[in-house]
Amino acid sequence: MKYLDEYRDPQIAHGYVREIARITTRPWTIMEVCGGQTHAILKYGIDQLLPDKISLLHGPGCPVCVTSVEFIDKAIDIASRKNVIFCSFGDMLRVPGSAKDLLAAKANGADIRTVYSPMDALTIAKNNSTKEVVFFAIGFETTAPANGMAVYQAKRMRLTNFSILCAQVLIPPAIELILSSPNNCVNGLLAAGHVCMVMGYTEYEQLALKYNIPIVITGFEPSDILQGIYMTVLQLEQHKAIVENQYSRAVKREGNSETKRLIEEVFRVVDRRWRGIAEIKSSGLSLTEKYAEFDAEKRFGLRNYSIDESNECIAGLVLQGIKKPDECPAFAQRCTPEHPLGATMVSAEGACAAYYRYRQTSGKQSHMKEGQINDFT
Amino acid sequence: MILHNDFQFSCPIPKSDYENILLAHGGGGKLMHQLIDKIFKAAFANPDLETEHDGAVISLDKVKLAFTTDSYVVNPLFFPGGDIGSLAINGTVNDLAMCGARPLYISAGFIIEEGFPIEKLWRIVQAMRAAADFAKVNIVTGDTKVIDKGKGDGVFINTAGIGGIEHNLSIKPSSVKPGDMIILSGDIGRHGIAVMSQREGLTFDTTIESDCAPLADPVLKLIESNIEIHCLRDLTRGGLATSLVEISNACGLSIAIDEKVIQVREEVQGACEILGLDPLYIANEGRFIAFIPENDAQSALEIMRSQPVSADACRIGRVTNDGSKLVTMKNNLGVERIIDMLTGDQLPRIC
Amino acid sequence: MCLAIPGKIISLDKSDSVMITGKASFGDVVKEVNLAFVPEVKIGDYVIVHAGFALNILDESEADTVFDYLDQISHPDDPPDDQS
Repeated sequence: MKYLDEYRDPQIAHGYVREIARITTRPWTIMEVCGGQTHAILKYGIDQLLPDKISLLHGPGCPVCVTSVEFIDKAIDIASRKNVIFCSFGDMLRVPGSAKDLLAAKANGADIRTVYSPMDALTIAKNNSTKEVVFFAIGFETTAPANGMAVYQAKRMRLTNFSILCAQVLIPPAIELILSSPNNCVNGLLAAGHVCMVMGYTEYEQLALKYNIPIVITGFEPSDILQGIYMTVLQLEQHKAIVENQYSRAVKREGNSETKRLIEEVFRVVDRRWRGIAEIKSSGLSLTEKYAEFDAEKRFGLRNYSIDESNECIAGLVLQGIKKPDECPAFAQRCTPEHPLGATMVSAEGACAAYYRYRQTSGKQSHMKEGQINDFT
Repeated sequence: MILHNDFQFSCPIPKSDYENILLAHGGGGKLMHQLIDKIFKAAFANPDLETEHDGAVISLDKVKLAFTTDSYVVNPLFFPGGDIGSLAINGTVNDLAMCGARPLYISAGFIIEEGFPIEKLWRIVQAMRAAADFAKVNIVTGDTKVIDKGKGDGVFINTAGIGGIEHNLSIKPSSVKPGDMIILSGDIGRHGIAVMSQREGLTFDTTIESDCAPLADPVLKLIESNIEIHCLRDLTRGGLATSLVEISNACGLSIAIDEKVIQVREEVQGACEILGLDPLYIANEGRFIAFIPENDAQSALEIMRSQPVSADACRIGRVTNDGSKLVTMKNNLGVERIIDMLTGDQLPRIC
Repeated sequence: MCLAIPGKIISLDKSDSVMITGKASFGDVVKEVNLAFVPEVKIGDYVIVHAGFALNILDESEADTVFDYLDQISHPDDPPDDQS
């Protein structure tokens, strides 16, 4: 496939691996904040190719993993009601809520359907006028245009049986939280290429300046990730801290104005609770007043509440890059993809599931600092 | 006579984390295998079930037979390259072939939903006839039941198959030895993508047709040519990866394969890229893997390539005795990664 | 996150001025794509598609930078290629 296969060429990948090894003189810790990049790193074994001095940490870049337990429970609540068709991306179906997941709700009779796009949910609403159709709108900035357009179009069509459960989150506040933490050990950052394709990367210029950290906007194929890592290491070795764009074939500094316009029209920024991390200010999106009729929480009268998460699950530490999945005592033992304790083991992009699938090491004992789990509460 | 209702017949239900059956329990992955182990094998326990192969080999005096059963619940019922009917016949034929048997007789039981169009039933049945003729098997007995509207997916088909075993080979996972070569009969992923392309919410236009086909011819040719076959497995739900893990688990040996040699058609690759799926786990219905000792592997390859259904056969790896009991794959970058079964069905992803 | 892949636009449907759609081919698989966010798209362009939406038009002039960059860093003494 054109513009895909070329970036998987082993010769190019190994070329970058050689160059990274050549310029690395000191240990560096680089974080990627994108589940798609985590997936690629582990699938292609990129971390195994890098010199030992380079450590890769996997940040909270998977919207499936960070969707709060409360939202999963609300999804199950709505989906279980009579006369509701609940539509969702496939990734969300196995994420555990406080008691069960959407697949279990389906087994109990809920009409839950996997869709590829929110527009498919809109089509289902058009074709089932006597039912309430609800779409589980999760995602980072990359998915906001699609989710937003479904609502925009629903209003244009004057649909009265369509709504979204909006659990959208924003990346830069999470990055800021990690970089400002006293536990932060990240030296350089790979920024999510598709998020920046939508939003542009001016926000990251401010972060690079404020925290004196190189940030490279990176794509998703092995050559992209390796070039991104090379550019980050080069900056670190040269004591630079600027934003560079590795993924220039897809990303422009100002982003896509059409997507940004639509996002601003349909959504407003709100505070949002991230699973395993607690609430981050101004890190979520909800519908504006103009589109409030399409808000499923309002439509179904769901109130806000918060739930205590599993004590054993250290997904929050994994998401912040403080721990690796195989440093969790429950990893591959009490916590497996069949019996996950947290979302990072369920989602295909979750760091824990990716480690399990591609690595399968047995859980090692690790001593966690007291109070570390509650760093951000 | 007074009947007491508190009498317990048998041991309590085995402990399970799930109270109800999930779709994932039928997905070919770990949950399905756990269900089979904890419920079915636990209740039915006998040596024949322990072989963990596609069919059972049973002896009646001097006659050896292979005996298999399968159920077909595919949705949609009609897809590019096939339908539930051709799937039912070829699937049963293939399970028999994987025991090294010559497929002979098939039974077909139909569970039909009230309101199902008879015209569609006729199409399915005609497809079964055509597949049976092509595979040289006879459908000799059957059954029909009708269930209330809303209680089924149009039609479900259950089959049983009998085949004759004309050799003395022991073709099953426990016969696999370190050093065995693994030959894959062709490209992967076509069936799953063909079916998915018709599913509501995921539709796309593609020229991909299912690879649904009978596999007895290359197998019988291998046997006829005195190739020492240790194990055969047709790739169905869960794809190539799942079959390799199943066999590795059953024989307790490690398997190492090379991603570079596994063929995936461009259209299949395109669909997988869009939906975020891994071709290694996508269902096939006309592909198998053969475990052959090294000295017979080249001849086996040539024989398979001489048959139309396995014309693109290739060596994909070997069995080793490194003690890890894992399936590993060397990817295109030369890095080894562990291949495991998925929990349930592979789901299209956004992330 | 954000599985998005490049597809080639092979047809356009502008009957709805807001909801421009088209068909894109991904390695011979053809899928309908919503083009509302790339109104300037032309047939033959490659777009990056996520959740059924084209989110940007791929800049083909930048497509080779991954390879050119590697070339430069592996052969730092060679003169750079002229780029038009």
